[in-house]
Amino acid sequence: MTDAELAKASLIFVPLFLLGMMVIPVRAIFRVPLAVVAAFVVSLLLVAGLATGTLTYLVSFSTMAAIYAVLCLGLNSQWGLSGHVNFGVAGFFAIGAFTSALFTTSMPSGALAAYSKQAFGLEMPFLVGVLAAGIVAAIIGFLVAIPVLRLRTDFLAISTLGIAEIIRLIFQNERWLANGPQPLRGIPQPLSCALAQPACSWLPQPIVDWLAPVGPRNYIFLYFAIVSIILAVIYLLLERISRSPWGRVQRAVRDEENSAAMNGKNVTGFRIQTFVIGSFIMGVAGALYAHYTVSIDYSHFNPLFATFIVWVMLMLGGSGNNKGAILGAFAVWAVWTGTAFLIDFATPAMQAISSDLPSRSAYFRWLLVAILLAAIVLFRPQGLIRERKLVSDFLARNTRRKA
Amino acid sequence: MHDTASGAEAGLLEVRGLAKSFGGLRAIDDCTLSVRKGTITGLIGPNGAGKTTLFNLITGFFQPDAGAVRLDGDDITGLKPNAIFDKGLCRTFQTPREHPTMSVLENLMLVASNQTGEQFWNCWFRSGAVRRQEEEIRAKAMEVLEFVDLTRLADEYAGKLSGGQKKLLELARILMTEPKIVLLDEPGAGINRTLMKRLSENIETLREERGITFLLIEHDMDLVMRLCDPVIVMSEGHKLMEGPPEKVQNDPHVLEAYLGGQYAGAADG
Repeated sequence: MTDAELAKASLIFVPLFLLGMMVIPVRAIFRVPLAVVAAFVVSLLLVAGLATGTLTYLVSFSTMAAIYAVLCLGLNSQWGLSGHVNFGVAGFFAIGAFTSALFTTSMPSGALAAYSKQAFGLEMPFLVGVLAAGIVAAIIGFLVAIPVLRLRTDFLAISTLGIAEIIRLIFQNERWLANGPQPLRGIPQPLSCALAQPACSWLPQPIVDWLAPVGPRNYIFLYFAIVSIILAVIYLLLERISRSPWGRVQRAVRDEENSAAMNGKNVTGFRIQTFVIGSFIMGVAGALYAHYTVSIDYSHFNPLFATFIVWVMLMLGGSGNNKGAILGAFAVWAVWTGTAFLIDFATPAMQAISSDLPSRSAYFRWLLVAILLAAIVLFRPQGLIRERKLVSDFLARNTRRKA
Repeated sequence: MHDTASGAEAGLLEVRGLAKSFGGLRAIDDCTLSVRKGTITGLIGPNGAGKTTLFNLITGFFQPDAGAVRLDGDDITGLKPNAIFDKGLCRTFQTPREHPTMSVLENLMLVASNQTGEQFWNCWFRSGAVRRQEEEIRAKAMEVLEFVDLTRLADEYAGKLSGGQKKLLELARILMTEPKIVLLDEPGAGINRTLMKRLSENIETLREERGITFLLIEHDMDLVMRLCDPVIVMSEGHKLMEGPPEKVQNDPHVLEAYLGGQYAGAADG
């Protein structure tokens, strides 16, 4: 195995280890070594067994799926926990993406300043950008929640859909804010200097030596590791609070609001909390997306691409279950990217039917996703992994100890 | 006839001149009544008399147009339901409002107030305290389940219980707190005789052993006669009369309210 392959394997090791920690069903003490061994073996096998192109494709596929998984966790904390029908996911996703972009890029200077405008460019580190994205999205989420959460079900859906459109149109039209209809470019890639020549000076030399063979063209391997760590942190934090007395109140409010109120719970307060937490997570997802694509504009944040596909993911994975949300994101993103191959495959047949059919093939993909959603709702409304019966994990531990 | 029983001393729950209209309909019309401490007070009246609306006004689900509600001397008019709960007023609903996707046990654990783990940050930073409290609340909930005889259903989804078991669960909810007064909306509706008997025994035990005051709406006159004293009769949004069950049962005004004028005349003569 070459140095480059070993370095790549070590980068894939990170997400595989985290996956192992999440799915291996044994007690924590045994889970760590098992996950280490499993991730080690699988990462080496993947690097050795797959063609370079296939592997790179898989990694970039997984990166985007992981970003969607973060979005899905955000939506799950709103819909799964509290039953908010938020059709404005795209709006908070956009706020996060643009916020992080503005915080981490530099202000355009010289000749470029005439063409590219933005409100500010703070050149902050990546993590500051991600946090800022979450916080700004959470603040906007809070301001939106106060009037909008007086509504329920379809009325809430319509108003949040409207809010997301307003947000998108603001980014489209306000040139001073984030370059208006033109893309905002040059969003930095975190730690990309680790793979560049010369490498960044503050990193320890052994790490630089180890990673250097990967090369800047394969930066996606490093970014996937970063995204998967952030996804894991969000998953753990969210899982902790959703499987707690707090989560219990949320489920009570979701199922039977009046009764929860008459059990002394401040229903409005609890409902706003989940909306704000969900907005924060969606903002973080936006930041991850911005640093992934490097260049963003308003058109990325349309309802199909950033709201409804997330809903399909969550419905398929299992509303109210954080593991389900992550699984759903990967599954639906696989279906979505898979249908692209399917369309390529079917192009000759479509050509035979009508000559302009292939040019409209994009809509067939949406049709397939819509059929998938209808099928889920009809045949498996609880999703692939259903919500757990026992809410409080603090309690589950006690029960197990006693049993 | 007004306020003969309660005029002198202030009751635990005082309703003064309460009014509420829905469009042109005056559902509650200058309603004044009082529930004395330590009683099981019955609230009866024909359909549409405004009994449930009165409950909704007292417990903060509706805002009254006029009037005041006082609980143990505190003005609770217009407070939110959860604030009224914190003042020591508990209610059940006409149709049970259990949380169907949670276990019976957690339905009860939910009710405990001031839980550390209800602030989500405590679940991150003070997990030890949350866990200890969960243990305590769990023990209490199991005790309560024992009392209403639902122990074997503790891990069942609450939505899967029968109608009568749901009523018992509603009653069990009350036991998770220390209420001063409990408002029961038709506790006996739709349950069989045996269960009904157990329910009324439970209510009496709670009054005697824990000094809880009850105000209950009920259409089953057997239950009212056996359990309640005094009984308040409502008609057309206000109190018609109040008295011991035997007196109320034979009062011509009550018959008139229930059955209409011509029968009341017959009863008079």
